[in-house]
Amino acid sequence: MPTILAVDDSASMRQMVSFTLKGAGYSVVEAVDGQDALSKAKTAKIDLVLTDVNMPKMDGIALIKALRVLPTFKFTPILMLTTESGAEKKVEGKAAGATGWIVKPFNPDQLLATIKKVIR
Amino acid sequence: MSIDISQFLATFYEESFEGLDIMESELLNLDSSSVDDETINNIFRAAHSIKGGSGTFGLKEVSNFTHVLETLLDEMRSGKRKISQPAVELMLTSVDVIREMMKSLQSKLPLDQARINMVHAKLEEMLSGEEPKKSPEQQSATSEAIAPIIKTSNIGTSYKIKFTPKSHLFRTGNDPLRILAELSELGDMEVIANLDKLPHLEKLNPENSYLAWEIMLHGVVEESAIKDVFSWVEDDADITIETVSTSSSNAQDNASALTVDVISESVTQPEVKAASGERDNVNRSSVGQENAVSKTDQSAVRRAAPSDSGSIRVGIDKVDALIDMVGELVITQSMLNQIGEKFTLDKLQKLQDGLVELERHTRELQENVMRIRMLPISFAFNRFPRLVHDIGNQLGKKVELKLSGESTELDKTVMERIGDPLVHLVRNSLDHGIELPEKRRKIGKPETGHVHLNAFHQGGNIIIEITDDGAGIDTDKIRCKAIERGIIGENDNLSKEKTLELIFAPGLSTAEQVSDISGRGVGMDVVRRNINELGGTIEIISEIDVGTTFRVRLPLTLAILDGQLVRVGSETFIVPLVSIIESLQVKAEHVKSIAGDAELYRLRNEYIPVIRLHKTFNIESDSTKLVGGLLVVVEGEGRYGGIFVDELLGQQQVVIKSLESNFKKVEGISGATILGDGTVALIVDTPGLIKLSKLNQHSYSELSELSSALA
Repeated sequence: MPTILAVDDSASMRQMVSFTLKGAGYSVVEAVDGQDALSKAKTAKIDLVLTDVNMPKMDGIALIKALRVLPTFKFTPILMLTTESGAEKKVEGKAAGATGWIVKPFNPDQLLATIKKVIR
Repeated sequence: MSIDISQFLATFYEESFEGLDIMESELLNLDSSSVDDETINNIFRAAHSIKGGSGTFGLKEVSNFTHVLETLLDEMRSGKRKISQPAVELMLTSVDVIREMMKSLQSKLPLDQARINMVHAKLEEMLSGEEPKKSPEQQSATSEAIAPIIKTSNIGTSYKIKFTPKSHLFRTGNDPLRILAELSELGDMEVIANLDKLPHLEKLNPENSYLAWEIMLHGVVEESAIKDVFSWVEDDADITIETVSTSSSNAQDNASALTVDVISESVTQPEVKAASGERDNVNRSSVGQENAVSKTDQSAVRRAAPSDSGSIRVGIDKVDALIDMVGELVITQSMLNQIGEKFTLDKLQKLQDGLVELERHTRELQENVMRIRMLPISFAFNRFPRLVHDIGNQLGKKVELKLSGESTELDKTVMERIGDPLVHLVRNSLDHGIELPEKRRKIGKPETGHVHLNAFHQGGNIIIEITDDGAGIDTDKIRCKAIERGIIGENDNLSKEKTLELIFAPGLSTAEQVSDISGRGVGMDVVRRNINELGGTIEIISEIDVGTTFRVRLPLTLAILDGQLVRVGSETFIVPLVSIIESLQVKAEHVKSIAGDAELYRLRNEYIPVIRLHKTFNIESDSTKLVGGLLVVVEGEGRYGGIFVDELLGQQQVVIKSLESNFKKVEGISGATILGDGTVALIVDTPGLIKLSKLNQHSYSELSELSSALA
């Protein structure tokens, strides 16, 4: 089953995302911020990255940029978790190399449906 | 269907309260004259998380309220709005409101809608009142960008879609096949691949996208739905969508053949390979989804409902260390087992080694289990910035709070119970310690007063110091008041330390007038009692016009105590090590008897009461003769006493068992423990014991008379 790297500084969000994904049979690697994600991305085989945008230390945009320069992440789908109010973040994220986005608040079904679009 | 989101609520509440604390402390840090980007970012991030989470977890009220706050903060963050002091105050109030909302929701209590509405309205007012530069155009522009919807409600329309990805498309992680598959869910589709741009194999860069597609889509579809499919690649491809009156059938024949072409071509492309099964997947995808959904449903049911009982967050390192130790313990245990199975005397050394090992592991395990309950004292310190800010404002005093040693760890229960005494001490420093700005200026001090909260470990204790650079405590005033209240006699000649300690005496309040801040019922005597109940002590160091320091000394945990074992007859007692000053052999010339049968012992320049445990608890002792016997000098609540014992045994850590809950409260005894040999030993309550001593009835005065006669 594909492995998803779920990045969010909010523990409850991580729990929810992780629980939902694991329930659907995916493996999940959790990270608490961009830095953490980047170091985990280098050690595990990741099929999809799901990242929050607003995070301490290294935010989602910086993470996407950093991932895209890694040879193993050149084509990996990277989805951002954004909010309606953060429209400009989508543009920034896209420019950084994001595949797409999921708008918060979302429910588990929406999350799974979106992920199914990107990975098999 | 759906996963029960409420199971994540407990975590969400917990992290939201943390977020609110961060917001509060950062808001207090915020200097409206020079704004630090990082500070405002931290505040924004916390608000943003709370808003996002509350939306996701179905707390609409919170998300609505926080939305306004977030918008305000966003404008401040991007520099569109200036940060004014009233704005900071309003945001602090908003933090309170959100915290109250969360608490109400958590305990399923009704919300204080009136207050919420009021603050909400104020936020809205601020948001619209000081209109930031050119926001309306921007807002409408962005909302258009998010939802570029042209309503063309067609029924059974055909669309002609041209999809020409730019060469970098793969590097965004997007896959044209994914998009085509998603599109195919909307209706019947004919796809023509355009291979014009495809270079010769030798020149082909597998990382680039060369293909384009022309798609005919028939179905009951709104154009917006099609745009949604392409929303992620809007900027990474040229996309045109046209409505067509009827299907143009001559393209249809070519379509299927060419699609196959595309797939075989795309094998050379890295991301598109493995895609040959894609089209089947599309058809199956809805079924697959249902399967997955029912699976998650089951696991949601299996998971037990979260309980609301108090929880602590424990660092993984602590848990790992425990698991490690339990592992070693198990090994030692099995080793001992093996030795025990066929024991012969030549294995004695091995047995002893094993027992030593067992002891070490047990001790380590105990220490580490205790560490689980340890939390950094920042949990108790965190409320002070706000408190100092509010009280300072209330009193018209300028105060700067400094916190240090926040990471010092302390038992959770001790932490919970030290909170209120600390608040009282800090209030006290603000109220009575720090002077008004003009007064400070007059005596040549900086206008802003300083309060410093410091925590650190010392031996087996944690020390918390509350230091202010205020007026200091006027010992003459205390003395007068103490005499007035009959706490000391007029002729009592007390040392400075002893006089300062009088502020802990019941019924003595140094406040000239009882203010709203301190002196509201709870006095310093209660503070000291609370600290003593935790097995701690408090002392004061004060200098007029320089400042005052309260030093609180607390045991790291309540469950374990470092004790000195002493023997009286056949009984073993435990004297808490913290309360022991020294142990000495009684010399005849230092013993003095006073009225009744009270005995005093001269310790340097002071007389201390002698406590005969055998008399207090009515037990047989080896000897009743004081001279030549052993006296353990102890201190409790600022008073000294000498406990007369037969023998000093070892020192050891003991696990405290409550006597009150297992038997009944016994005066002079704070608890019991079980010793290695299985016997029960009582732990003496030093302050209680000193109070019990006969001398107490003679009050301080006689003691101090004697002491001053010595001096």
